[in-house]
Amino acid sequence: MAQLELKGVVAAYGPISALHGVSLSVDAGGIVALLGANGAGKTTTLRAISGTVRKTGSVVFDGHDISKRAPEHIARLGIAHVPEGRGTLGQLTVWENLQMGAYIRRDSKGIKADYDRVCEYFAWIPARRRQLAATLSGGEQQMLAIARALMMRPRLLLLDEPSLGLAPIVVREIFRIVRAVNERDKVTVLVVEQNASIALEGAAHAYVLEAGRVAVSGTSAELQKDEAVRRSYLGY
Amino acid sequence: MLAVIQQILSGIASGGIYASLALALVLVYRAMDVANFAQGEMATFSTFISYSLIEYAHLDFWTAFVITIVVSFALGIGIERLLIRPFEGAPVLTLVIVTLGLFTIINGVTGLVWGYVFKEYRGAFISQPVRFGGLYLDTQDLGVLSVVLVMLLLLYLFFSRTKIGLAMRAASLYPDSSRLLGVRVGWMLALGWGLAAAVGAVSGMMVAPIIFLDPNMMQSILLFAFAAAVLGGIESPLGSVVGGVAIGIVMALVGTYIPGGQDLRLAFGLIVIVVVLLLRPAGLFGRAAVRRV
Amino acid sequence: MRRLPAIRPEIVGLVVVGGVVLIGLPTVTNQFYTFEFAKVAIFVIALLGLNILTGYSGQISLGNGAFMAVGGYTTAILVHDTGVPYWATIPAAGLLAGVGGFLIGIPALRLAGIYLALATFALALSIPPVLNHFDSFTGGHSGIVMPPVLAPFGLDLSQEQWLYYLNAGIALALFAFAWGIVRSRTGRAFMAIRDSETAAVASGINLAYYKTLAFGLSAFYAGVAGSLLAIATSYLNPDSFGLSLSLALLVGIVIGGLGLDFGAVLGGLFVVWLPYFAEKASGVQIGAFSFAGKPDIFYGALLILILFFAPNGAAGFLRRGWLWYLSLRGAARLPAAEPVAEREPTEIVP
Repeated sequence: MAQLELKGVVAAYGPISALHGVSLSVDAGGIVALLGANGAGKTTTLRAISGTVRKTGSVVFDGHDISKRAPEHIARLGIAHVPEGRGTLGQLTVWENLQMGAYIRRDSKGIKADYDRVCEYFAWIPARRRQLAATLSGGEQQMLAIARALMMRPRLLLLDEPSLGLAPIVVREIFRIVRAVNERDKVTVLVVEQNASIALEGAAHAYVLEAGRVAVSGTSAELQKDEAVRRSYLGY
Repeated sequence: MLAVIQQILSGIASGGIYASLALALVLVYRAMDVANFAQGEMATFSTFISYSLIEYAHLDFWTAFVITIVVSFALGIGIERLLIRPFEGAPVLTLVIVTLGLFTIINGVTGLVWGYVFKEYRGAFISQPVRFGGLYLDTQDLGVLSVVLVMLLLLYLFFSRTKIGLAMRAASLYPDSSRLLGVRVGWMLALGWGLAAAVGAVSGMMVAPIIFLDPNMMQSILLFAFAAAVLGGIESPLGSVVGGVAIGIVMALVGTYIPGGQDLRLAFGLIVIVVVLLLRPAGLFGRAAVRRV
Repeated sequence: MRRLPAIRPEIVGLVVVGGVVLIGLPTVTNQFYTFEFAKVAIFVIALLGLNILTGYSGQISLGNGAFMAVGGYTTAILVHDTGVPYWATIPAAGLLAGVGGFLIGIPALRLAGIYLALATFALALSIPPVLNHFDSFTGGHSGIVMPPVLAPFGLDLSQEQWLYYLNAGIALALFAFAWGIVRSRTGRAFMAIRDSETAAVASGINLAYYKTLAFGLSAFYAGVAGSLLAIATSYLNPDSFGLSLSLALLVGIVIGGLGLDFGAVLGGLFVVWLPYFAEKASGVQIGAFSFAGKPDIFYGALLILILFFAPNGAAGFLRRGWLWYLSLRGAARLPAAEPVAEREPTEIVP
């Protein structure tokens, strides 16, 4: 059974409708990419999952119906959402950001272990613990956001445009780490990306959104091979 | 010269009182960007509770002190959940008026329950002048100042060293991101109100021995507390204490050295507020806030 | 030539009825009530001004009582010290207050939201002590007494009736003036500023000019109201213009309906009559306590309840009723929810 299942999700920002019935599913342990042009509804889909947008339709995670739950509750169920703009707690230090990541947890041994692991992935963190998060570079903030999400020990990681505004070399590094996290820590990943080519390299499956609906879906291999799909939806 | 220093000393003492109420104002403001105009009335109400505990339940001061703080904390949380939460996301003016409405309600209830006759309040410290050099200091004032400094220290430790303190800071600055991390932002707000109410209660219990206890006790203090909070930086607890002392000194000097100064103290408070807001809106210790457009 | 928009017959009817009530009122009410309605007119004027400032240009003021004080004392001092006839002092009071408001509007340019509320709150608090202090001017604590006002030209009106017609007439004229302002370019500029300063500046609106103008106009209205108050009561002292007055004004306009034409009118009725109702209601017994003599609690509770259930005040409520009526007649569609201003998001982005 799929770990995450969306059925017919309709969402709007006041009078402006964003999703017109999105259905998708993600299996546990997989990496799935959510692609599409600007305004297609990718970010809104992630918000629908994490409970931060008004919606109708069904969202089921690990058998729990989270369609009407508050974001705080959904986070406690094991879904970590790294939002658009990274949601960095800028006026807090790197260390405090990571502490906030572990907010919902009580197992201090586990938290310590996760912190060590996070420092393995992002070697610069220990030296910069006391630095204000707002003074980090874009790439570092993105890494911090992912590290913070990992401190939640989530079962599902939602990433919104991790590549935005970052140099290609940094993006590759971030995706490498995401793949490692997925394999080693068995974290399911749903990543929203405008940069389709790099997303398809990392993900096994993908959904392409257009105007608030799922237009195409399939394995990355299929999508990468299909010229028509690549040209019309993925832009390359 | 000695007279000036004496005035400054007594100004520091009264400054401690402004600082303590300012501390409460800052706590609410940090939590939700709103100044609680009813903070003084809440403090007065708490002080009356302690009065009843001392006069009618015959408890000693410090026991009553602790009980009052706990009760005030709970009341602060209750007020936030019942009266402020329904107005989540409402514009500033609405919240201002809600706190003004709260002001009249609490003021009315206090008057209803305890009446308007001025009461004497035996506080924590006995008033005894201490002499050194040619200067007088009162043990009561020293006591008030130490209590304020202890509160400041405790709050500092709370916000910088505890998990909940950190979560409160995160929740007030970044409510949406905090929700995604599992923080119950609404309850953080309630906690902020609870803390503010507790601090306000301490403030009231420190003030009451000095001026008589009556339902309107805190009203002029509220203005100076606002001035102190603005001067120190409306988001900075340390700033509110420094601001409070500064305001105390200024008001003492104005009251003594400017003819008719007593009447004009409130007006001077206004001038301080306006000048600070114009020249340096963040106050002495505040963060220059960046508004996301 | 532009065709005038068609006016619904219901509106014409309401205006006629309103006019009849307005003119005929003193003939059916006793002296006490007539005087109270004269006071209603005074508050309507003050609230019209506050509505322009807070409702239309979005600048919070907790201190308009200060401008009423300027107006009131101008009239009182002129009448008492220089013998100027009372009616001539009214425009002077308004103008002086207006200038004062304009000047206050200048530092207010740099303040917004809660800070402006704080600063104007402090203004309101500091007025009575300042008035007390300069007592050679203002008569200090004991205030200033003025000769009572009598109906002119030997008209057969009692003092209260004359005051009523005087105030109501001025209120009507100023209402029309405010109505005109709101619908003019100036009014549109105000509303643009209220809704988004950034967008207003981007559209080329001179923020400084319009914001200070709003303060000045608002103070002018308050000054006229203060002047009329002094005339009506033939006496004033600093305590009449303290914090409670400024708060009553703010509460009045919010309950009446901010940013709506008739908000000031309904607000004026509330400000004068609510305390009486609160007194009556506070006679209710609950357990051992009775609220008798404690209308404050009722007042505050009512305020919060109204803000919650009718965020656009009584006028908003009535307008919704009117739209509902029109929708029944097929002349308008009823919007699904009450449109209420929402707070701009202030999450700080690094």
